[in-house]
Amino acid sequence: MELIAAAALGKFIGAGLAGIGSGMSAIGVGNVAGNYLSGALRNPSAAAGQTAMLFIGIAFAEALGIFSFLVALLLMFAV
Amino acid sequence: MDQFAVHPLFGGELHWYTLTNEALWMGVAILMTFAMLVMGSRSRAIVPGRMQSVGEVVYNFVHSMVEDVAGKDGLAYFPYVMTLFMFVVFANSLSLLPMSFAPTSHFAVTGVLALLVFLSVTVIGFVKNGSKFLGLFWVASAPFALRFVLLPIELISYFVRPVSHSVRLAGNMMAGHAVIEVFAGFAAVAVISPFSVMAISAMYGLEVMVAIVQAYVFTILTCVYLKDALHPGH
Repeated sequence: MELIAAAALGKFIGAGLAGIGSGMSAIGVGNVAGNYLSGALRNPSAAAGQTAMLFIGIAFAEALGIFSFLVALLLMFAV
Repeated sequence: MDQFAVHPLFGGELHWYTLTNEALWMGVAILMTFAMLVMGSRSRAIVPGRMQSVGEVVYNFVHSMVEDVAGKDGLAYFPYVMTLFMFVVFANSLSLLPMSFAPTSHFAVTGVLALLVFLSVTVIGFVKNGSKFLGLFWVASAPFALRFVLLPIELISYFVRPVSHSVRLAGNMMAGHAVIEVFAGFAAVAVISPFSVMAISAMYGLEVMVAIVQAYVFTILTCVYLKDALHPGH
């Protein structure tokens, strides 16, 4: 009985810990956008051609955060 | 989280052929695409009207995206990319209407879209390049000993593509809708309801942006995968 209670508790602790991953990916997305901006201010004429790369970088950084969000969802509702 | 529940439109049992609210909103997205691109540009005016100019802007946008990322020979697959973009952007945006349903917040929908992209890109790669397509996994520019280390990494990152491609879109849409619902739950408490309404408005604005940006990201990643298939190697 206590094992089941501990498992139920651990589920929600794990879901909360997975939230850290989402926050970390926010740092990553901020890094990408900030570095893009600093590069764009140094060479504004080259900036327009690199917006696609900006979005690809943001998407890759963000995907890992979404993965941890998915892990949290799985822990809460599927396990 | 009632808003994500799939239920039959006309009641009855749920079979694979049953019309559900999910099918309804995917159909609405396709009808909207049709209305904008086919009905809107029916007159084929030299000086475009309102609808036609919006359609032309979207067409040019996707066209230049495919050309920039996948190259000139990627334009052969432009119709598929355009279809994907229009479907995703309309499904995302329509799901922001009150009382509507978000088809793209379901992994089943985005999973099929991403799996189709993955399969077709793999087939295109093998048809266009033959066994040279496997050079994608065998990094010829790296030192010989390192290639054995890179091989499993490249293989894993290739096969995880459909997962990340679909989970990114579905996760973003689901997270946005869930956040708005959480804030809406606070609106019932009188003391904090003004803040709740303000927070909902702010999140709604963000969601409008996310809906379009995620459709853009989904299509541009399709173009990136297409580029890898057409020109393998690093």
